[in-house]
Amino acid sequence: MSASHSSSVERAPTLALGAPLSRAAFWLRSRLFATPVSAVVSLALLYLLLRWGWDFFGWAVLHAIWQVPHDAAGLPQTGVCRAAEGVGACWAVVAEKYRFILFGFYPYAQQWRPAICVLLFIGLYAASAQQRFWRRELALIWAVALVLIGALMWGGFAGLPLVADDQWGGLPITLILATFGLAGAFPLAVLAALGRRSRGMPAVRMLCVCYIELIRGVPLISLLFMASVMFPLFLPAGVDIDKLLRAQIAFVLFAGAYLAEVVRAGLQALPKGQSEAADALGLGYWQKTMLIVLPQALRQVIPMLVNTFIGFFKDTSLVLIIGIFDLTTTGRTAIDEPAWQGFGNEIYLLLAAIYFTFCFAMSRTSARLEHLFSRGQRR
Amino acid sequence: MQTARVLLPLMSMVLGLLALGAPARAAGSGSATLDAVQARGQLLCGVAGDTAGFSIADSQGVMHGIDADGCRALAAATLGDAAKVKFVPVTAQSRFTALQSGEVDVLIDETTWTLGREASLGLLFGVVNFYDGTGFLVKKSSGVTAAKQMDGATICVLPGTSTELAIADYFRLNNMKFTPIEIQDIQQIRGAFLSGRCDAYSTDASALAAFRFTLGDRAGDYLLLPDIISKEPLGPMVRKGDDKWFDIVRWTSYAQITAEEAGITSANIDSFASTNDPNIRRLLGLEGDLGKAMGLDNRWAYNVVKQVGNTGEVWARDITPLGVPRGINNLWTKGGLLYAPPMR
Repeated sequence: MSASHSSSVERAPTLALGAPLSRAAFWLRSRLFATPVSAVVSLALLYLLLRWGWDFFGWAVLHAIWQVPHDAAGLPQTGVCRAAEGVGACWAVVAEKYRFILFGFYPYAQQWRPAICVLLFIGLYAASAQQRFWRRELALIWAVALVLIGALMWGGFAGLPLVADDQWGGLPITLILATFGLAGAFPLAVLAALGRRSRGMPAVRMLCVCYIELIRGVPLISLLFMASVMFPLFLPAGVDIDKLLRAQIAFVLFAGAYLAEVVRAGLQALPKGQSEAADALGLGYWQKTMLIVLPQALRQVIPMLVNTFIGFFKDTSLVLIIGIFDLTTTGRTAIDEPAWQGFGNEIYLLLAAIYFTFCFAMSRTSARLEHLFSRGQRR
Repeated sequence: MQTARVLLPLMSMVLGLLALGAPARAAGSGSATLDAVQARGQLLCGVAGDTAGFSIADSQGVMHGIDADGCRALAAATLGDAAKVKFVPVTAQSRFTALQSGEVDVLIDETTWTLGREASLGLLFGVVNFYDGTGFLVKKSSGVTAAKQMDGATICVLPGTSTELAIADYFRLNNMKFTPIEIQDIQQIRGAFLSGRCDAYSTDASALAAFRFTLGDRAGDYLLLPDIISKEPLGPMVRKGDDKWFDIVRWTSYAQITAEEAGITSANIDSFASTNDPNIRRLLGLEGDLGKAMGLDNRWAYNVVKQVGNTGEVWARDITPLGVPRGINNLWTKGGLLYAPPMR
């Protein structure tokens, strides 16, 4: 094929059937080395990629320290890691601290409980993303699993010691805040969006507009501050509403306002004929909304919904300012200990990997859903 | 599931409200906070949770440090068990509200005792558990050996602390200039200082010493200047208006100092059971009713020293590993500032 001067477009069909090697060569030539300029750019990028990749590989794998010795008292001796600072990664810090990072102040001996909860959460997400599980039973499974998660985290029965929720921390906190936050925010958002568009009820509309604009008008941090710092001052002395619950409510309100606008965008995009047709069929308002309007409107805005979900998942790390130890905070605290100070890169890489896994999974799921739902519109 | 989620906390809230109303009045030790602690069976103690030497969680999530041990001592005094503490991590922004609103019973969060705070917050300081001061850490190779030589220096500081004010005051007083670089994160400060982006790193001298200690073999390249340019007495805070609770917080600390003066440690305390020294007998609750007068068990100080240790033991456990010399935090008999009024 190297002798051939015919254009790649003409050759494509035959090459696609050829050996994998020639297919790869064709792909390289047509995508990376099509013109002299792109060849130079490709080579330069390839060089940088290899160089940095090799440097990173050397740091992260070749010269990395995987464990450190412990002294007689069981304290880690981080001298080896200090000596390798800048040359090799100190993954020993992860080995030493991963349980604290994942579970925070949850009693050490009981940490299998939040571990199971995290697995349950992941199982729920995975099941919910599969089309074949979309049945009525799924709602039941969610309800049972969430009750189970709550029971496991709190304990206080069957010999499990009670663990108050201010001792929870790490990944379970992040997942709880995100899951319950979105689960609570979504219905709220749909109601607020419908309310904002309702013509017949100006009072309801004003209320929804006020809620959405007020919440969107302030940063999440100030909402969290209100919930954690201001709110207790209004309560009578001695009365204390759970801090996690206050933060959770702030999250629901915040996410609800943003999602409401996303949902409203979907409602706006729906042709008027749809609801008119529903009216002509004699459907009531709720029938029309639930059966005709919302299914179509929500389908339109899946990318935006997931966009908000992803942003919101990462926003949960802001609870650090009110003293709740979510995943990011436990990671930061782990490297405050003098013996491990200075090994932040390793910890932050770990955190980034965890966040990326969840966010990437969300984004892939959203792509799949889009594909699935757009089946009817493809021609 | 949605309703269950909302209902459960709501129900517990209502139950909590009902439960709170009754017993607070009934017991009547004269201290609402003490009554609440004893009814709950647990001390709620606000700590920073991220500062080495003061309060920091180890890999298993157990709190260490003198602030954490201060909480344990209070639990030992009020409940007889140093383990009955719940550590409530607070941030620099939320800590005072946490105490004002009753979210915590006591705040032991390396807070500097100042007039402004005591006069305006409705809170007061019980005692000083650490005498600190603003210091400077510099590279030895820079040749600087005193703070007065730092005219024009670039200094890394943590924002939102009293350090910046102290430095600004000091430089203005001495007609010198400096450029502050504010960095929130200890990790980044470390990077900035070690890479030479700032000439000096300034914060409380104890934290600087601890920081220098973490440098391991390279610690020798850095010098902690002898000048301490501000007074930073750190200590536990309580709400104003509960004097008996204030007494308990203050005298728990004094009990540990008195124990150190008398040479009583957690290890040898039981050997003092048959002592003739009336002061020690009163301290350990072998005679007199000092504990009862405070609304506590007469063995309160015994529990504190037995379970947590005296001031010197706490220091050796929490601060010595950081390489911080005891200095003015020693007993008054050894050139320090620790001086407990007589326990009689």
